[in-house]
Amino acid sequence: MSSKNTNSMQTYTVPDAPFRPGDDADFGDKWAEQPGDLSRPDPINCVHSDTEEHAHGLIRVLGDDDMASGEWNPELDATELIRGLEMMMRLRIFDDRMIKMQRTGKLSFYMRSFGEEAVAIAQTMALDDTDWIFPSYRQPGAQFVRGRDMVSMICHCIGNTEDNIRGRQMPVHYSWKEGHFISISSPVGTQFSQAVGVAMASAYKGDDQATITWLGDGTSAQGDFHYGLNFASVFKPPVILNVVNNQWAISTHKNLATGGENFAARGLAYGIPSLRVDGNDFLALYSVTKWARERARAGKGATYIEVYTYRAGAHSSSDDPSRYRPGDEFKCWPGGDPVERLKNHLIKIGAWSNSKDQELTEKIDSEVMAAYKEACKFGDLANGPFPPASTIFTEVYEKVPWHIQEQREELGK
Amino acid sequence: MTEMNMIESLNSALDNMLEKHDNVVIFGEDVGYFGGVFRVTDGLQDKHGLQRVFDAPLAEGGIAAIAFGMGINGLRPVAEIQFADYIFPAYDQIVNEIAKIRHRSGGEFSTPLTIRTPAGGGIKGGHHHSQSPESQFTHTPGLKVVYCSNPNNAKGLLTSAIESNDPVIFFEPKRCYRGPFYGDPHNVPTWKGHPKADVPEEYYAIPLEKAEVVKKGDSCTVIAWGAMVHVAEQGIRDSGIDAELIDLQTLLPWDRDTVVESVKKTGRCVIVHEAPKTSGFGAEMSASIQERCFWHLESPIIRVTGWDTPFPHTTEWDYLPNPKRIAEAIKKTQEA
Repeated sequence: MSSKNTNSMQTYTVPDAPFRPGDDADFGDKWAEQPGDLSRPDPINCVHSDTEEHAHGLIRVLGDDDMASGEWNPELDATELIRGLEMMMRLRIFDDRMIKMQRTGKLSFYMRSFGEEAVAIAQTMALDDTDWIFPSYRQPGAQFVRGRDMVSMICHCIGNTEDNIRGRQMPVHYSWKEGHFISISSPVGTQFSQAVGVAMASAYKGDDQATITWLGDGTSAQGDFHYGLNFASVFKPPVILNVVNNQWAISTHKNLATGGENFAARGLAYGIPSLRVDGNDFLALYSVTKWARERARAGKGATYIEVYTYRAGAHSSSDDPSRYRPGDEFKCWPGGDPVERLKNHLIKIGAWSNSKDQELTEKIDSEVMAAYKEACKFGDLANGPFPPASTIFTEVYEKVPWHIQEQREELGK
Repeated sequence: MTEMNMIESLNSALDNMLEKHDNVVIFGEDVGYFGGVFRVTDGLQDKHGLQRVFDAPLAEGGIAAIAFGMGINGLRPVAEIQFADYIFPAYDQIVNEIAKIRHRSGGEFSTPLTIRTPAGGGIKGGHHHSQSPESQFTHTPGLKVVYCSNPNNAKGLLTSAIESNDPVIFFEPKRCYRGPFYGDPHNVPTWKGHPKADVPEEYYAIPLEKAEVVKKGDSCTVIAWGAMVHVAEQGIRDSGIDAELIDLQTLLPWDRDTVVESVKKTGRCVIVHEAPKTSGFGAEMSASIQERCFWHLESPIIRVTGWDTPFPHTTEWDYLPNPKRIAEAIKKTQEA
């Protein structure tokens, strides 16, 4: 056989990314879709076919003029918006501090949410406080909304003696039951189908709890994505299923994840109301999630959302995106920066100012710095201390069985 | 000879195979344009073209299934699973499909594919970037299971794996990509100057199903694979005992003759692996060795392994077998 086959049948297609290092990235200046283009269907009586346009369009609230408009405008008061802004700023500053810790050997690894801060924060704010959060590694921001102490988060990332999961997982693999935030796993996408089970349990028990989960565009190629959608379609539990289409899965462009037009439209074939939303538009994200939550509350089942955004940073501290995409590609993203956009909106409506912003930045900066110093008192990666070696053997089972007990004694720690 | 680390030698093997065989294609997550998260496929897409070295969607089950299909239709696919911990969505395809197709079709079909996957701990990878799941595949008739340990055998064994007409699961100890690892996280040498870093640039093959006696000795047989070969080497040095070290290289089918001959000579045996002890491959070896060598054994066979727990993050040095544990085990075999 020969790869230089001269027969008429063509070889298979291997899609490429639109832009590579050295190219000028160009997604156009603005989105063609505008706020107000799309109606807000009645969430209770809506069926999947009512969302045909929403799955193919782009739901926006914040316009290019930084003003909010259209049926999807959630009309949040300024206090709530400032709270959202503060949490996004907090997440970004926190991420920057953690990356510095990683670079100086105080953490083994880190993953930022840079450019995607609005996703978990706006969406969690739209939920009830006891709704289940079943995140991937790019939604730690939900913990800020639920009020998790930063010291505790940093202790986990270090894996020190105060890490609530006892140094067992890599950094950013948070678990926080008190905040209804379910343990993060490295294998991608597993949470997506599991979340449907969590939601079915809530429905079975009659709890008024919805479940939200996310996976990435790349991960939507996994079987778990399809298991999740299909079970949600069949059993109609109170679940909000999000695909965060941030264009990149490490070096794999979203063109490798689907040969189709987009991700939202897939949900229609499962009979699930499906929306596509500007993931850098805090207000739009809040609004679609609120809509999905209303459906869940009314027992109308799942909602499926494509969150259209851009991964502005590296996949992780182990990644170097300059090898596979233009260095400034994120600056060309028409969706802009979610933090800047909400800030500009607040300034435009007279609820915020650059000086207030500066003041808040400094306040958060010092809080993050204080939390970091406090956390390091319990040990850092370079210097320890770590949880004792005996924690290797505990919580493998409810009770330590004989063979593991013997091994613990063999280790002698 | 050129000095190479294991990443370079694996890359060289793949490059040679793409040159030599028109029907070799390589794919997996991030392996194409980017060249792999560990850089093993760096430059291969540029050199050999998009159709032969390409990125796959993030779907290990799909990757294994595509490889299966290509294999039964005349190609020799080399698929990468980015971390061995992520191989389990492909487990059904590997165990029920890839391993059984030759048998179930009465020999009409077979799929000569290779699945490469970085495995093992020592990189602060926690539960899901550290496991060494070889025994989950050695329990599957129809597969060949290979575990390289140094740049030289990595290239030679990968070449044989790709040229094998049977499907091969090829484990690469990622801890050893850039240097041997002697069990001390504070002293991490590179491959520079190591005899096994001498790697021919041209084609060569090291046969599968053959172990290598790394060091001769008379007092105890120490068997290891992957990163543990180097840790065991240090453990032998620390023990001060004249032990023989065997790098198993292929785990299925394994080189029983070499092992049995050694144990009959030494009368003592220590098996080292980083995977958990229970149902680990050491259990199979231990049973087989006593079947063949019972009357030659002077002391019980000892296994030094990872614990029967999930792989930890911050305490990984207490989890992995270390030279101290290995040295103690070797000494213990001398007591009887």
